[in-house]
Amino acid sequence: MSVEAQEIPRLPEVDPLEKESIPQAARRKLSSPWASFVVILLTFVWTIPTLGLLITSLRPAADAQNSGWWTFFANPAVTWSNYSEVITGGSTIPSGITPYFFNSFAIAIPAAIFPLTIACMAAYALAWVRFKWSTVVFFTIFALQVIPLQMSLLPLLQMFNLGWNLGPIPIFPDLNRPGSEQSLLAGTYIPLWIAHTMFALPLATFLIHNFIAQLPRDLMEAARVDGASHFLIFRKIVLPLSVPAIASFAIFQFLWVWNDLLVALTFAGGTPDVAPVTAYLANIKGTYGAQLHLITAGAFIAIIVPLIVFFALQRFFVRGLLAGSVKG
Amino acid sequence: MTAIKRRRGIALLAGGVAAGLLLAACGGSDDSASDSAGEEAAAEETTAEDTGSEEEEAAADDGDDAMGGACDAYADYMGNEGATVNVFTSILPPEQQLFEESWAEFEECTGIDIVYEASDQFEAQLPTRIAGGNAPDIAWIPQPGLLAKLVADGGPVPAPASTEALVDEYWNPAWKGYGTIDGTFYAAPLGSNMKSFVWYSPQVFADNGYTVPTTWDELWALSDQMVADGIKPWCGGLESGGATGWPATDWLEQVMLRLYGGDVYDQWVAGDLDFASPEVEAAMDVIAGWMKNPEYVNGGYGDVQTIALTPFQDAGAGIVTGECGMLQQASFYANFWGNFDESATVGPDGTAYAFYLPEISSDFPQPVVGGGEFVAAFADRPEVQAVQTYMASPEFHTSKASLGTWVSANSGVPLDTYAADSIDQLSAQYLTDPNGIFRFDASDLMPAAVGAGEEWVQMTAWFAEDKPTAEVLADIDAAWPSS
Repeated sequence: MSVEAQEIPRLPEVDPLEKESIPQAARRKLSSPWASFVVILLTFVWTIPTLGLLITSLRPAADAQNSGWWTFFANPAVTWSNYSEVITGGSTIPSGITPYFFNSFAIAIPAAIFPLTIACMAAYALAWVRFKWSTVVFFTIFALQVIPLQMSLLPLLQMFNLGWNLGPIPIFPDLNRPGSEQSLLAGTYIPLWIAHTMFALPLATFLIHNFIAQLPRDLMEAARVDGASHFLIFRKIVLPLSVPAIASFAIFQFLWVWNDLLVALTFAGGTPDVAPVTAYLANIKGTYGAQLHLITAGAFIAIIVPLIVFFALQRFFVRGLLAGSVKG
Repeated sequence: MTAIKRRRGIALLAGGVAAGLLLAACGGSDDSASDSAGEEAAAEETTAEDTGSEEEEAAADDGDDAMGGACDAYADYMGNEGATVNVFTSILPPEQQLFEESWAEFEECTGIDIVYEASDQFEAQLPTRIAGGNAPDIAWIPQPGLLAKLVADGGPVPAPASTEALVDEYWNPAWKGYGTIDGTFYAAPLGSNMKSFVWYSPQVFADNGYTVPTTWDELWALSDQMVADGIKPWCGGLESGGATGWPATDWLEQVMLRLYGGDVYDQWVAGDLDFASPEVEAAMDVIAGWMKNPEYVNGGYGDVQTIALTPFQDAGAGIVTGECGMLQQASFYANFWGNFDESATVGPDGTAYAFYLPEISSDFPQPVVGGGEFVAAFADRPEVQAVQTYMASPEFHTSKASLGTWVSANSGVPLDTYAADSIDQLSAQYLTDPNGIFRFDASDLMPAAVGAGEEWVQMTAWFAEDKPTAEVLADIDAAWPSS
């Protein structure tokens, strides 16, 4: 901190001939008509696949399967039947998307809240509670990010279903259903919540730690002088001030879990009791090949939620991401 | 300003936490419900009876007398009321509904709840679930090779004697061999498909006065006749994304089984007979005079090279338009004719129909190359064994076959269960014939590096680049795993 504080006054000493600062130059160049044109063009090109999906989802089944979506403009035919089939179920798919939709919420909301709660507390402790080895602990947590989650799928699955003992000490009990070899956890959301929480914690702790560590020291010291405990400081000062970082990570984690297929399939399986929307979308294509019209309709229903979440919390998202990186 | 924002932030957070707690509570109650799976199943049953039709209610009231008639067939499977059996498969909707429909009566009579779970990631997920201690009770294995691998890793439990007895009684012995690993019988066959078909247009045949050939010689006489009449007799397509080339491996299998019979075919599959052997080379020569014969192919598309480029789904387009005489493809090709003509029908008077690719030598009568799934169990609880045995029984196979679009090689299924003159019926006729030689698709049995890799690639090169036969066969041999 102190090093940066010394560097800041030096900035104006840069070549006086350069009249504008770098951000100003960037802003001027990016707002030129040409730049705007390029940006609009890129946006348009970027949106074409989504447009194709939308059009396909509105076309009758035979059209969607036999011709490209662009032929829609020559032969426009619109139907809502794809959406109604996906929502209520039809001849191709037995059940509608609704139970899977609920499952996705039941998986994603706790799987976003659990890691956030733990990570916030851990980040506060690592940033403001002085204890021996706190830096080592922090770097260890950060370093855990390099472990690919695919590597831990099988050990985790074994732990949930068969238990895990470290020598004689049971770390995770073998919870068998009475009179069966099936684990109590099989076919429930619990393994998913635990797995997603574990996979999210390193990044969450790192991001939120970086944010919390930058809160003004004076605030904490003043609170300490007034006799506030760590928990009170955490609750009354740190949490409210960290909302941008927390919200941005909440969106991040929620979207990641919402879009996850691998972890869900591995720990929960594909039955309507627990499988999320992604598992439903993966199976919707059916035995006889791609049901393009249904997949696209299902995909559009599935992205409504991420879109709502993103637009509702968008300002936190941008601020929170910047908050961790750019130091004022 | 900051105060307002702060308050808003807290509200947001509080709202999130509240929602989370609520959902956690819901999840919790869900779990406690599934703790007592038995109770749940029992409850479902009672509700089913309460809300069911009058017939069902009457049956429930009268007990054994009324249900007795319908449930007599399931006497062997009784005594497992309230149990649940998980079935994990790669067969997705809409086939899923037909399976659930086919065993609905079994579930009702025996009180066993069969929970069906399908995934298009089946082959990746199953080994993971077994290793993770979360194996399903029953899985439908689409390839004998996968079954052998699972058994080697430890997982499937041997099938009960009741299942084995049914397989002995109702299937061609070759089928039992594919479900037997190292002398132990694990898995009974489920559905089957038949690959030894030649598709043609009954309309074109009628217009030109052709008759369906029943011998190998007649087949070539007909091909030459078509050439004389200006019709390209054969068409084909190998393009199939990552699996490009597989139709050509089918052609090789057809010829191998017809030329040399089951024993040599088995040696070839096991790797004891090299691809670069005179036998396989002779079989390749037969295909060279058939699908690589510029006089004969590629109807509707062009020269020999176009076979490699044409998607297999599109290969039959020329049959509908009359530009191509015949197409060697499996029974499932029946689903594709609608792509060429929306009003297409399959049947002896329809848009397209199939005849059996004739035998070459009377030494090896009626060779049939096909495929199918196998029912492997991972638990030996009585209800799992009951379901496993039921899935091998003629009752189940008849019930499923009567719902259509499914073929069983179980000879206990009466042929009139299938729609008359349907391709399913024709398939079943050849698959259940006790005098025929049945063999599983060789490329599904060989190590994946060969059967699902180099053989596809090299057969494609054989067509696309006219790569010399000897080099093609030597390169396939080189891919065979050394151990």
